[in-house]
Amino acid sequence: MANYQVNKTYQEINEKIKKGQAVVVTAEEIIDIVRRKGEAEAARTVDVVTTGTFSPMCSSGAILNFGHTKPPIKASRVWLNNVPAYAGLAAVDVYLGATEPAGDDPLNKVYPGEFKYGGGHVIQDLVAGKAVHLVAEAYGTDCYPNKRVEKDVTLGQLPNAVLFNPRNCYQNYNCAVNLSNRTIYTYMGPLRPRAGNANFCTAGQLSPLFNDPYYRTIGIGTRIFLGGGVGYVCFPGTQHNPGKPRGENGIPLGPAGTLMVMGDLQKMSARYLVGVSLLGYGCSLTVGLGIPIPLLNEEIAHFCAVTDDQLLAPVVDYGHDYPEATGRILGHVTYTQLKSGKMDLDGQEVLTVPLSSLVRAREVAQLLKEWIQKGQFLLGEPVELLPGSDAIHCVPTASRDS
Amino acid sequence: MHAEMLVLQFPREVVDQPIIYRLVKDFSLEFNLLRAAINPQQEGLIVMELRGHPQDFRRGLKYLRKAGVKVRQVAREVGRNEESCYQCGTCTAVCPTRALYIERPAMAVAFDAARCSACELCCQVCPAHAMEVRLNREAV
Ligand code: SF4
Ligand code: SF4
Repeated sequence: MANYQVNKTYQEINEKIKKGQAVVVTAEEIIDIVRRKGEAEAARTVDVVTTGTFSPMCSSGAILNFGHTKPPIKASRVWLNNVPAYAGLAAVDVYLGATEPAGDDPLNKVYPGEFKYGGGHVIQDLVAGKAVHLVAEAYGTDCYPNKRVEKDVTLGQLPNAVLFNPRNCYQNYNCAVNLSNRTIYTYMGPLRPRAGNANFCTAGQLSPLFNDPYYRTIGIGTRIFLGGGVGYVCFPGTQHNPGKPRGENGIPLGPAGTLMVMGDLQKMSARYLVGVSLLGYGCSLTVGLGIPIPLLNEEIAHFCAVTDDQLLAPVVDYGHDYPEATGRILGHVTYTQLKSGKMDLDGQEVLTVPLSSLVRAREVAQLLKEWIQKGQFLLGEPVELLPGSDAIHCVPTASRDS
Repeated sequence: MHAEMLVLQFPREVVDQPIIYRLVKDFSLEFNLLRAAINPQQEGLIVMELRGHPQDFRRGLKYLRKAGVKVRQVAREVGRNEESCYQCGTCTAVCPTRALYIERPAMAVAFDAARCSACELCCQVCPAHAMEVRLNREAV
């Protein structure tokens, strides 16, 4: 057990939040505070650091219960605005996936497909309060004789609606280029030939898992900002891989940790859950997600002070290496370079293009900060941290402290 | 979906042919008739809004021209729906005129309509469908 100069508990911080006395800053604001005051003093004065991200997150969806009908139905096939939902659950429960295209979508038959409307759009429409057309079919049973239901539903009329995203909030992600000779359309956006542009997709120093690289404070039960409402980390995300190579500063050099998150869809907002169409790829949902990080000790303050120049994204060729799954990496690039608008790739100057919105990510971190300052949002102490949190990382804290 | 306002002039020789019918049937295009002045054996004029998949649209235009119809494309412009745009920056990958650009360090995505050439490359690429083609109806 490490010896820290500062030792705060979740309970202490929550008491301060309840009294409206907690000191809360964003992950961008903490950088300067740590620079000026040192890590220990920063951990002493600041209670919570808020992070944020706003990106397309394909592994997202909603669990919806549309209410029992009269006569009752055990739905086996369900569509919402013509987008199929998975109905292999109990009678009127369905799971609507964000990337599911509408039933009559031409897909990539006319390339590149536009994917105008899909699961992500249905979720946004529901959250925006719009009526959505529901069709349910069933084979009929003695207890559930109804074979077809068709009705318009709004989010408010649904007995339950839960946003449930199996994999969100990737800790670091690829920077995508295309070294082939034709434009390609990927989930990383359009990539022009011969490295015409380099697309990246995280908020860098504001991004949640960059600020807690060893998951010291994030785990099952962490309360978060999700889609404009309150959500929870409910498990490690699928493909959570803390063992990925890390830099000397402990930050993964490629996609590593992920989160499984859920929250009450009925309390979310269409501003932070946006249905999107990725040309030639498919539909998705852009999710606003923010995580509060309690400064329990100076080690956590140290991690929260990370800056874009210390964060490296792997550059991957989506023209050849990604579809062939060769695993080859062309090199690494800092988030400072990525945000600057151009980067160097083997002597070639390449335009860098963000896919995630830093403007909205800042909005998320700022909103979460205000909620905590006002005492409306308490920290959830994880009942279990994520795999990878037991890694020993020796931070040269003492020497850097002022 | 691509939409354009077109002014079609039909020379006397083609006025009697089922050209619009073919446009709808062979190229799956939709049209909205705004003005039509057609008399048998005389030159005809049609003003209409034509919409469909960009590829069908291009093929449809080609067909019209080949059939001898004079096609004039009415001014259209590309505008940004500020409600829908969430300031990601994806569109800056394709905008050839830098009408869409990123303001640093805020990382806000600005749209300078004066620099826009209405090439529409951003319209398909924007994940939120925030870049919209608007027809300049006054120009008809
Ligand atoms: S791609 Fe669309 S949403 Fe993103 S900045 Fe451009 S116009 Fe806005
Ligand atoms: S229409 Fe063309 S020039 Fe205008 S903003 Fe879009 S990409 Fe740029």
